[in-house]
Amino acid sequence: MPAVSKGDGMRGLAVFISDIRNCKSKEAEIKRINKELANIRSKFKGDKALDGYSKKKYVCKLLFIFLLGHDIDFGHMEAVNLLSSNKYTEKQIGYLFISVLVNSNSELIRLINNAIKNDLASRNPTFMCLALHCIANVGSREMAEAFASEIPRILVAGDTMDSVKQSAALCLLRLYKTSPDLVLMGEWTSRVVHLLNDQHMGVVTAAISLITCLSQKNPEEFKTCVSLAVSRLSRIVSSASTDLQDYTYYFVPAPWLSCKLLRLLQCYPPPEDGAVKGRLVECLETILNKAQEPPKSKKVQHSNAKNAILFEAIALIIHYDSEPNLLVRACNQLGQFLQHRETNLRYLALESMCTLASSEFSHEAVKTHIETVISALKTERDVSVRQRAADLLYAMCDRSNAKQIVAEMLSYLETADYSIREEMVLKVAILAEKYAVDYSWYVDTILNLIRIAGDYVSEEVWYRVIQIVINRDDVQGYAAKTVFEALQAPACHENMVKVGGYILGEFGNLIAGDPRSSPLIQFNLLHSKFHLCSVPTRALLLSTYIKFINLFPETKSTIQEVLRCDSQIRNSDVELQQRAVEYLKLSSIASTDVLATVLEEMPPFPERESSILAKLKKKKGPGAVSGSELEEGKRDGGELNGGAERVCPLFSSLYSLLSLPLFSSLYPLLSLLSLLSILSLSLGPLTLPSVSLDLSSHRLLLLLLLLLLSSAPNSCSFGAEECSPPLPESDELLNKFVCKNNGVLFENQLLQIGVKSEYRQNLGRMYLFYGNKTSVQFLNFSTAVTCPGELQSHILYSLNVQTKPAEPVVEGGAQVQQVLNIECLSDFSEAPLLNIKFRYGGALQNITLKLPITINKFFQPTEMSSQDFFQRWKQLSLPQQEAQKIFKAKNAMDAEVLKAKLLGLGTALLENVDPNPENFVCAGVIQTKAKQVGCLLRLEPNAQAQMYRLTLRSSKDTVSKRLCELLAEQF
Amino acid sequence: IICCPPPLQMQFMLLFSRQGKLRLQKWYVPLSDKEKKKITRELVQTVLARKPKMCSFLEWRDLKIVYKRYASLYFCCAIEDQDNELITLEIIHRYVELLDKYFGSVCELDIIFNFEKAYFILDEFLLGGEAQETSKKNVLKAIEQADLLQEVRLGGGDLHGI
Repeated sequence: MPAVSKGDGMRGLAVFISDIRNCKSKEAEIKRINKELANIRSKFKGDKALDGYSKKKYVCKLLFIFLLGHDIDFGHMEAVNLLSSNKYTEKQIGYLFISVLVNSNSELIRLINNAIKNDLASRNPTFMCLALHCIANVGSREMAEAFASEIPRILVAGDTMDSVKQSAALCLLRLYKTSPDLVLMGEWTSRVVHLLNDQHMGVVTAAISLITCLSQKNPEEFKTCVSLAVSRLSRIVSSASTDLQDYTYYFVPAPWLSCKLLRLLQCYPPPEDGAVKGRLVECLETILNKAQEPPKSKKVQHSNAKNAILFEAIALIIHYDSEPNLLVRACNQLGQFLQHRETNLRYLALESMCTLASSEFSHEAVKTHIETVISALKTERDVSVRQRAADLLYAMCDRSNAKQIVAEMLSYLETADYSIREEMVLKVAILAEKYAVDYSWYVDTILNLIRIAGDYVSEEVWYRVIQIVINRDDVQGYAAKTVFEALQAPACHENMVKVGGYILGEFGNLIAGDPRSSPLIQFNLLHSKFHLCSVPTRALLLSTYIKFINLFPETKSTIQEVLRCDSQIRNSDVELQQRAVEYLKLSSIASTDVLATVLEEMPPFPERESSILAKLKKKKGPGAVSGSELEEGKRDGGELNGGAERVCPLFSSLYSLLSLPLFSSLYPLLSLLSLLSILSLSLGPLTLPSVSLDLSSHRLLLLLLLLLLSSAPNSCSFGAEECSPPLPESDELLNKFVCKNNGVLFENQLLQIGVKSEYRQNLGRMYLFYGNKTSVQFLNFSTAVTCPGELQSHILYSLNVQTKPAEPVVEGGAQVQQVLNIECLSDFSEAPLLNIKFRYGGALQNITLKLPITINKFFQPTEMSSQDFFQRWKQLSLPQQEAQKIFKAKNAMDAEVLKAKLLGLGTALLENVDPNPENFVCAGVIQTKAKQVGCLLRLEPNAQAQMYRLTLRSSKDTVSKRLCELLAEQF
Repeated sequence: IICCPPPLQMQFMLLFSRQGKLRLQKWYVPLSDKEKKKITRELVQTVLARKPKMCSFLEWRDLKIVYKRYASLYFCCAIEDQDNELITLEIIHRYVELLDKYFGSVCELDIIFNFEKAYFILDEFLLGGEAQETSKKNVLKAIEQADLLQEVRLGGGDLHGI
């Protein structure tokens, strides 16, 4: 290389740079810079016109100063002047300055654009490239406006030099990213796609980035690129290492282009054309094979380039997720990297395997590497590699290895880096819950978690263990015993005190028989921690104490003593004081019966998505929780806190409000308690919607209850005052609509109600037609839709009454219409209720029906092959995922009628799947806002016995059960 | 439904010395000067704190950092999470090769004193964060041609500067 090329001899610049380098201190440097800035400023302002060379030199100095980290507020004009110099180096420095220090001054932009326009039109390739580089570097909206229409022309023109084409392609890409609305490919599309065939490898390399980005946005228009990309890739992959000359990098042919081609293919599903697909699979196999060949060079660049292609190919294989052989091969090759001496490869193999673990085809293959991954977690010296190992363990975890993985993660937690502890804690908590078969293991795990990493155990984690213990009576005794033991530790984490307090308050009686954990010992143990705890924990413990008074009358005087002492009833914290006062009072005035009712055991918690999983998702950002994880979540979610029908006794609910970790004061409580003692209410069971509400709704609920209690203490059923109970035939009416959407819902002598409904995804719209069959007006006509129990949280409906509410009159013989918009938030079993009230000839008519909204309305049919069907069938093999009924045929067993009904159900009826042609199998996905629930159905008629066997399998137990119930009534 | 991977792009490239002095910065996404300075400070610190045998990739914010040290200089690229780390590592290497070939066994001082050349070479190789020309020969040819152009136009008369 000639010496001249090293610089163009701006000696003044070199001297200045040396000066700066010789500065001993920051102050000296700033002084030198300020001196230079003053000098440049005076030169620019001076009377003497500067020659091009000086201008270039000073602009270059300014640039240097800017790159040192100092602000530059002048010199832009001089730089712009350089752009129109006919001397290349001056132009070049001008462009560099503009690229680095973009100024949005509109006056300048106009001048800059003008200079660029001239250079683009110059037909001098070097100048054109400079101008294109500048546009690509700045990429502003103004530039897009000025050049977006010009550049595609340059890109595809036959006489454009290759180097200019390359710059033009990437320049256009940059403009497209800034202002996609201004870059209109339209007529150029096919010529741009055909750049993939260009003879010049550099042109292909540059153009493919543009094509990839455009394909992502307009896959349909660019889909011809798939076959071109495949043949290009195939030519590269099969070429000998020297064929591509300078595009071969350390014996690897065109690694950058190969990676970009594989990346482009990831914008599309597998090619439909068999020949193209065959060729592609061949390419992928060749890449996998080549990665196994002995290296052609010892240089790390050789193996890096080769493996870069390998990883990109694996990414494509995972993207397709349809070639089991390739997936398993990929997994095996990555497995070899797990113990490679290159840390980089170990890191990448762990990372890539995480995605492979989520494919059903390679999940098992990934699992075989468990020991290696565990040892990586223990021995890797680099925390980023350990993090990858932890991620992979999480991804490969399933029922078969959960205990081992959770144990390893727990032991790793003891020494884990602080930066990843919280995430690890969440992961352990999720896995423990998801794969808990035996709940004592689950409880042990979470308590260990609190013991080992208490500070990192967020509220979600300890709330969850309590929810689960409350909902599972088989683990309550064990939990009580275990927390009792854990609390023995002299220094135990506050989270442990919270869990211990809560659980002993509920279930301390289960271990009270053992003299070593007698009521008083339990109390003293808890109370010994009291003074070390924060206010929220103390508040929780006070609730535990009042529960103890109920559970163990013998502790009453001791606890009252504690509550009575000044540090409690005069505590400066209002919440603590209030609790102490109220509990003391409650324990002294309420009769044992009232106390027992008020402080009854907590009712089960309503089922919902694991709050921990939600937290992990939030922490890692959307998309971080892989598809399979959501899938798993669907499959396993709610298994622990099974969805039994729940009726909460009123006071348990009230108590649950109290003891929920919401520590704002609950003023209405006091009034309620006094109300209780005054009225000595007879405590009929009152049904309550046990939905998860925020605090304000809790308050509201309390207030509402108070109102209800004071107005009608003996006969209130929440949310449906004055409504009659559903008609006895309402279930039968509902069943008529399971497999159809339109028809007459109800009819008596006065009224006919017709229904028309349509559903899409998790949304539905229902039209109700109320017909007055008489010749007399209905007065005060009103309708109301209510959701019993938990349903409120599952179906959201908004009522849209199209008849004016101001005219509650239905004329004789007339019909009024009502529209209901329905959104299914999560799966549900009970149908919403529709209540109709009106006066007919002075008599009040009050009818309650079940609205024909059943879970199957939100089915999306799913077509699948026989193989797929049985594979999925097998995957849903847990006992609770299946619901089965054997029942007698109610109607004639006509195959056509059965088919019609099954189609009406909303599922896809799968032909040629079941080996027995008499049987019917169906598949569908229930769409709810919260999640999708895949369902499979098999109906086996036995004509001889006039019986059916119906089997439902779905990822959610409540769904299988409900569908089975509904369907059993249909045939 | 096939979901496309998002478009991936190199976010920026930084060259800095073992002492933490920034020698070259190239930003491929629009950021304010303040943000650039903050990122640079944070990243230089993070990378310098790493031990020699550690892997060349690290997660940083929601990006991935790929870095490699050549003598006294750290070359550091920020790419998106799904992007290819190894090919980025080789982008760095190819750039080093280009500098090496152009300056003849490049050292930090060459980049300090001829920073504008370092930028020009980078622009010929990577444009908008994407590989424009991966052939070493072609990149150097382009730069040589430009150098030649200056000689012809300037006739050598201006070479001596001040």
